[in-house]
Amino acid sequence: MAAEYTAYGPNGRPNQTAPFNAYQILQKARKNGRFTGLDFIRNLTTEFMELHGDRRFADDPAIVGGVARLLGMPVTVIAHEKGGDLNDKARRNFGSAHPEGYRKALRLMKQAEKFHRPVLCIVDTAGAFCGIGAEARGEGSAIAENLMEMMTLKTPILSLFIGEGGSGGALGLAVADTVWMLENSVYSVISPEGCASILWKDASKVKEACECLHMTPSDLLKLGVIERIIPEPEDRGELYSLLREAISEEFYKLNALPLEDLCRNRYQRFRKLGVYGE
Amino acid sequence: MLRKSNFKKSRNQLEGFSPNLHTDKPYVPQELCTSCPSCKAMLFQSDLEENNAVCPKCGHHFRLSARQRIGLICDENTYEAWDENLTPKDPLSFPGYGAKLKASRFRSREVEGVLTGKAAIGGVPCAVFAMDAGFMMGSMGSVVGEKITRLFERAAAENLPVVGFTVSGGARMQEGILSLMQMAKTSGAVKLHSDKGLLYITVLTDPTTGGVTASFAMEGDIILSEPGALIAFAGPRVIEQTMRQKLPKGFQTAEFLLEKGFVDAVVPRKELKETIGRLLRLHCGEV
Ligand SMILES: [Zn+2]
Repeated sequence: MAAEYTAYGPNGRPNQTAPFNAYQILQKARKNGRFTGLDFIRNLTTEFMELHGDRRFADDPAIVGGVARLLGMPVTVIAHEKGGDLNDKARRNFGSAHPEGYRKALRLMKQAEKFHRPVLCIVDTAGAFCGIGAEARGEGSAIAENLMEMMTLKTPILSLFIGEGGSGGALGLAVADTVWMLENSVYSVISPEGCASILWKDASKVKEACECLHMTPSDLLKLGVIERIIPEPEDRGELYSLLREAISEEFYKLNALPLEDLCRNRYQRFRKLGVYGE
Repeated sequence: MLRKSNFKKSRNQLEGFSPNLHTDKPYVPQELCTSCPSCKAMLFQSDLEENNAVCPKCGHHFRLSARQRIGLICDENTYEAWDENLTPKDPLSFPGYGAKLKASRFRSREVEGVLTGKAAIGGVPCAVFAMDAGFMMGSMGSVVGEKITRLFERAAAENLPVVGFTVSGGARMQEGILSLMQMAKTSGAVKLHSDKGLLYITVLTDPTTGGVTASFAMEGDIILSEPGALIAFAGPRVIEQTMRQKLPKGFQTAEFLLEKGFVDAVVPRKELKETIGRLLRLHCGEV
């Protein structure tokens, strides 16, 4: 496998320098048995109480959310949840949310704003759900509303990517003041399979597509799309305790900002992204 | 200023047009006739143009280029372009992107996938944008995102309403994550404009899909659509492939979205200018 591997670096030339290439990181991010959103909620927070439903249509189990404490601080936590065993995975559509999932997330964020709680979003999705019901109930409209409302939400938002960050489905929980990624997670505008089938009419050229998309945490840090890469120690307990401290510290920092500055900084964070000539 | 030649030059972007990109000669449309993809009637180009590129037999709405759109909607000689000088780059050195940009520029005779500017519609000054399907299927990369963002920021500063025409295949894969970020960036600018109490009307035209649907296309105070337009987050082909399921007839059309409550009205092209003008006057204090 390794021998036939070629990836495209800058200028489209083959490149094989990174210790873990994008495809290896993708495989780790998608690995069966990897922790899920709920694992993080349970291990990072205490007193978690799940709050269900979007108050309009249904409860989408692909996104879970609720209130909890993070080192004593009341927080709202919202996470994609891919599911545990196969039944659970199927029930949760493998973490691909319907519009009602995004609407529930927004409801909980508005609630957080009202009660001055910071919001922790945990992102892990191959993408928003793709199907008849999702379209009929306005998947695009639901995500669009989240992007707009999150931009001016008057409370801190931190998004943590723990596995897959697929396109608009990930962004719907990631218009945040700061975005962090675990070292074995990815974030991309299109799945590498989708990219490969468009580029080369060959969905099996996933490895090449992974490199083209610049989807690894180190690529994204360079592009200014994320603020921080979280190392993943072997010991998960160590990871959780590291994260608890870091997130809580960040929330204290963000909470100290006047709300006007917080929102202006969030706007500027996205405002500066993009490369063009003038 | 919009000259007649500007309006005419892009007629070759009507549906069914497939230029030979390997020729170095500019494309000159030779066909005098076009077949309507909906009713199969043979139509004279001149008749079609006369009828704003709507099939006189069945009402099928052919695609318009951004310039044609502006010519059709804005009051004569009122369009003033903004940010024309923004040009695309290839930040990820993405395979084939440079060539694709070149071909798109050649084919559409535009620099990028959206025109932005100021104009008057029905006598009311407003900021306008029109996307262009001829430029990489109206996909949103950094330039489209930046131009839309600047449009909303400037409209907010100048207290202007915004009228926008969307047509897009979604986020532009070739700029990777930076394209995705344009969704958040443009949404932020729409919010900024909206929070000033200013009106934003979107007109969804065929096709509006993906990342544009999931951002500024669906963020209008009033969302109109042209008859028969495909409007989707995940396009029908993607759903059919993923779900291995045939889609019901009329799924994801403008009429379907009207029924489901996601657009305010489906407005035939010949009534669009009048409708938009009326809405602008209702909101902008003119009688
Ligand atoms: Zn016809």
